[in-house]
Amino acid sequence: MPDPIVKAEGVHKHFGRLEVLKGVSMEVQPREVVCIIGPSGSGKSTFLRCINHLEKIDSGRLVVNGDLVGYRQSGDKLYELRESEVARERARIGMVFQRFNLFGHMTALENVVEAPIRVRKVPKSKAIAEGRALLERVGLTDKIDDYPAQLSGGQQQRVAIARALAMQPVLMLFDEATSALDPELVEEVLGAMRALAQDMGMTMIVVTHEMGFAREVADRVLMMDDGRIIEEGPPEHFFTAPTEERTKQFLSKIL
Amino acid sequence: MTTVDAPRPDDIKAIPVRHPGRWIAAAAIALLAAALVDSIATNHRFGWAVVRHYLFSHQILHAVLVTIELTVLAMAIGIALGVLLAVMRLSPNPLVSGASWTYIWFFRGTPVLVQILFWYNVAALYPRFSIGLPFGPELTSFSANSVISTFVAGMLALGLNEGAYMAEIVRAGIISVDEGQTEAAKSLGMTRLLTMRRIVLPQAMRVIIPPTGNETISMLKTTSLVSAIALAPPELLGAAQNIYDRTYEVIPLLIVASIWYLLLTTILTVGQYYLERHYARGAARTVRDAPLTRLRRNLFSYRHAA
Repeated sequence: MPDPIVKAEGVHKHFGRLEVLKGVSMEVQPREVVCIIGPSGSGKSTFLRCINHLEKIDSGRLVVNGDLVGYRQSGDKLYELRESEVARERARIGMVFQRFNLFGHMTALENVVEAPIRVRKVPKSKAIAEGRALLERVGLTDKIDDYPAQLSGGQQQRVAIARALAMQPVLMLFDEATSALDPELVEEVLGAMRALAQDMGMTMIVVTHEMGFAREVADRVLMMDDGRIIEEGPPEHFFTAPTEERTKQFLSKIL
Repeated sequence: MTTVDAPRPDDIKAIPVRHPGRWIAAAAIALLAAALVDSIATNHRFGWAVVRHYLFSHQILHAVLVTIELTVLAMAIGIALGVLLAVMRLSPNPLVSGASWTYIWFFRGTPVLVQILFWYNVAALYPRFSIGLPFGPELTSFSANSVISTFVAGMLALGLNEGAYMAEIVRAGIISVDEGQTEAAKSLGMTRLLTMRRIVLPQAMRVIIPPTGNETISMLKTTSLVSAIALAPPELLGAAQNIYDRTYEVIPLLIVASIWYLLLTTILTVGQYYLERHYARGAARTVRDAPLTRLRRNLFSYRHAA
């Protein structure tokens, strides 16, 4: 079995007195799509942000792509990574946010090529060619020169997906990527995500409330509640015959 | 459904509301204004002949140039310093942000006139400046008086003071940019400085530009304080003072200086108005008409409504 892309062991996270993650352990294998579901406040988003080191974990171990997130281990001592080293770790992890967070002063194409040119140091002409191809892949060939304010939510989110892909990530994180969209725009974003999983074999962790997507695309579904993973399993089993009472309760409300 | 076939009703034709009160008020204001202009024009103590004589004199025109030069250079120093201080202030390093805080505390906390006098007298504190290693060997040195002319003293005092105010303006602009922008940049592997330069600062400009225009207008007038250290050649107020010290025509020369200050600030105000409109595009839902268009519509509304 190859090394997992993500390996979390007993991850804890506090915000002040509030304990948001109370020991999360899980693994994600290469090319696997894992959906995390659960009520709001259960720690799903925080866990995703920890994987990208947007939040620091308080205890436990978190290994992504073979590297300890945020630290370097030498003997039995941990050394905090410098900012530039953290940036280098993050560059290989793509993230798509609930509120898109496209750069408002840049066109769709400029959004996509910014990081490849500045961070990966790809020559400009090559980055632009790659950027066009990525925008084409998410179906936005005619919107290349539009600013985010001129795009619908669904189009913005697809630009955000292309922007993350431009860094050639080994792992993509989706933080409720469709929650801020009008209902009729959800499908175009889910379609782009589905293509990513099925055509490119991208490794993905998807925090979502879209049970249809989880059932269809996920290899594994995780249920989080109160800072813990309380149940996990393949979707066909998870949605039809959950074992935990809390999962049954949650699914009955949301389906 | 009948909506497809229904004929479109005629446009509404209504007689608009009349505004007689506006015309009465306009007449009263015009009358008062005329009386004021008359009293100013006929009072010989204003010395309008003297004003006319000096308004475009060589000394005054040169002083206008010095004032503009001083404004531009001081604002350039202020803006560059302001950006640096604002970025430092938001640094996670407490020493760096503390240094910025201390700078702003000092330069905002002391009067700018005192700072001008300080720089003018800096030679008394440090007679010579030297370039070299701290506490180490000296490479070269100058006498302070040769480097800090009165113009440089004035420019430094105004610029360094302005830096403290600009820092707060830039900081407000940076804070106004949504945190999601920074997070998205981070998640793409961009470093803090790269994020600041490429993502945050360009978007902060919309918030930074209007108050910076204000500061420039304010700076134009503040340059008059530099007359306290008597620049050679002088700026606008200093030149006026030099002339009335000789001729005792105090009021006419203060009027000459005021006319030029008003003219320059008016030009800047108009420029600022259009700059703001430009940067509000895409952010504000509707752009207001220019003031003259608005006034015309307000007084003569019945013509447009008909």
